[in-house]
Amino acid sequence: MKLVRDTWLIFQQEVGLMVRNPVMVAFSLAQPITYLILFAPFLKVVMVDRGASSYADAYRIYVPGLFVAMGLFGGLFAGYGLLSALRAGIIDRCRVTPVSRTGLLLGRALMHVCLNVVQAVVVTLVALPFGLRVHLANLLVSYALLSVMVLLSTSISYDIALLVRNENSLGVLVNTVGQPVSLLAGVLIPLVLAPMWIQRVAVWNPFAWATDGMRALFAGQITQTVVWQGALIMSGLAAASLFWSSHLFNRDVS
Amino acid sequence: MIEATGLRKSFRVGRGRGATTVDAVRGVDFAVRRGEIVGFLGPNGAGKSTTLRMLATLIRPSGGAATIAGVDLLRSPAQVRRRIGFVAQASGTYDDSTARRDLVLQARMHGLSKSVAQELAVGAIRAFQLDEFADRKIKTYSGGQRRRLDVALGVIHSPRVMFLDEPTAGLDPPSRVRMWQEVRRLREEGMTIFLTTHYLDEADSLCDRISIIDAGRIVAEGTPSDLKREISGDVVAIDFAATDVADGAAGDLPAATKLLAEAPYVHAAEPVDGTLRLYVDSAATAIPQIMRALYDRGIEPGAIEARRPSLDDVFLAKTGRSLAE
Ligand SMILES: Nc1ncnc2c1ncn2[C@@H]1O[C@H](COP(=O)(O)OP(=O)(O)OP(=O)(O)O)[C@@H](O)[C@H]1O
Ligand SMILES: [Mg+2]
Repeated sequence: MKLVRDTWLIFQQEVGLMVRNPVMVAFSLAQPITYLILFAPFLKVVMVDRGASSYADAYRIYVPGLFVAMGLFGGLFAGYGLLSALRAGIIDRCRVTPVSRTGLLLGRALMHVCLNVVQAVVVTLVALPFGLRVHLANLLVSYALLSVMVLLSTSISYDIALLVRNENSLGVLVNTVGQPVSLLAGVLIPLVLAPMWIQRVAVWNPFAWATDGMRALFAGQITQTVVWQGALIMSGLAAASLFWSSHLFNRDVS
Repeated sequence: MIEATGLRKSFRVGRGRGATTVDAVRGVDFAVRRGEIVGFLGPNGAGKSTTLRMLATLIRPSGGAATIAGVDLLRSPAQVRRRIGFVAQASGTYDDSTARRDLVLQARMHGLSKSVAQELAVGAIRAFQLDEFADRKIKTYSGGQRRRLDVALGVIHSPRVMFLDEPTAGLDPPSRVRMWQEVRRLREEGMTIFLTTHYLDEADSLCDRISIIDAGRIVAEGTPSDLKREISGDVVAIDFAATDVADGAAGDLPAATKLLAEAPYVHAAEPVDGTLRLYVDSAATAIPQIMRALYDRGIEPGAIEARRPSLDDVFLAKTGRSLAE
């Protein structure tokens, strides 16, 4: 109960600060929308003999991939915020109070979830005039899947941040991990177009499962096994990673 | 209210074979009674912040024990957190937040309801004179305004024990005096205050008792006047760096030190950046003798001054170094 209250408290504070900085939020939307407008049309051409005969098809394939990319990178950079709060002494100030320490971390992570869902909603709205059509129920499930994904990538970022404790190493690690993971999840170009060996490697990439699940949702196939498989893999990993980051966070810092 | 015995902290730095340990605090004992203002006085790196961070449950001591407001620090840190307030050396506020928002959040982190938290924030804004900028972004505050907010945040829940790490670092003299008044007001409200400082005048005028800490150890402890009384007699300070003295005067310092250290009427002679401090029984009788001795050697001192011992003289006597800038 206390964990819920304190998580909510920190979440409110973090969201409040984010809302006070609308320019930042707007900037964070620039990249996904650029890809949406300038990259998705390529897919129509590339995927023409894979069932993408129209822009609507291209967006139905690309938007779920974009969600995964946003969920992955949106969370992976969350560690910067944690490091700057640590450096500014904000975390220390909170840790001297009886506030739940796990709540301090969870409230921050949920702010990133919230931000990413808002971005995903904007992306969805922008894609509609290009012909994207998706069932509302399926769309809501895809937002839920995105949320779990953001929790996973955010907590991975926290793990790294708490271990390396400096922004430069965090940036290098996040990029070296994030790029191959996103390409091997087929977020840009679906893995069906990839050579066999890449497909074999991608089986071990949890985000590839999430991407498949996400695409199935947009294709209107909510009953496909890959939907719950992807969700289960993401939830399990997110829980494990969150558990580990809260362990790292709660242990004696400095 | 606070009792510490043999409190130690060593940090491991580096990894693998290159790892070394830094003994930041090497076993300190002290006790603070209810309603006292007690200060840790020491130079940079003495271990003041480390001690405070241990007492505030931020880092785990490597050894020793402490009780705070009757609660064991190591066994029930969560209980300790309910009873203390802490103001860190570097302020811990969100740049983009405002004083009011952070005050409300702080009170709510102590478990208070939203309406109570808002009331407390209003009270704190009034008490610490934050009205003028309470709803402005914190990054626009001056250093003094920010420090007042830091202290307001630390005491918003009226803790029984308050830890202040260098409450006046970076403040100009009028702001420092105002901050001292705030600290005294907190004591009048019933708080017990433990603070650190490297300002001699702050330790002298604000603290009921002080512990002088150097290199992780307490080297002296007592009320400022008792500590000064330990240095019996007077201090004669001879300035060799004064600008109106002929060239080469500064070069006379070592010679004068050597000469006067051996004089029977001088207990101790300590050179401290360009001045020579002499500890004597009575300045009135020593000064003529000192002047004569110097003239006989052809040494011409700049300014010469007699005064009562200060805390810096205590510090010098205990550590062999001066704290004064
Ligand atoms: N996290 C840490 N890791 C390694 N060494 C540390 C750490 N924190 C402090 N130290 C070392 O411990 C010693 C005491 O530091 P501390 O911050 O307690 O000093 P201080 O008395 O507060 O000094 P100042 O007046 O500069 O604030 C210093 O030598 C410092 O380098
Ligand atoms: Mg310090």
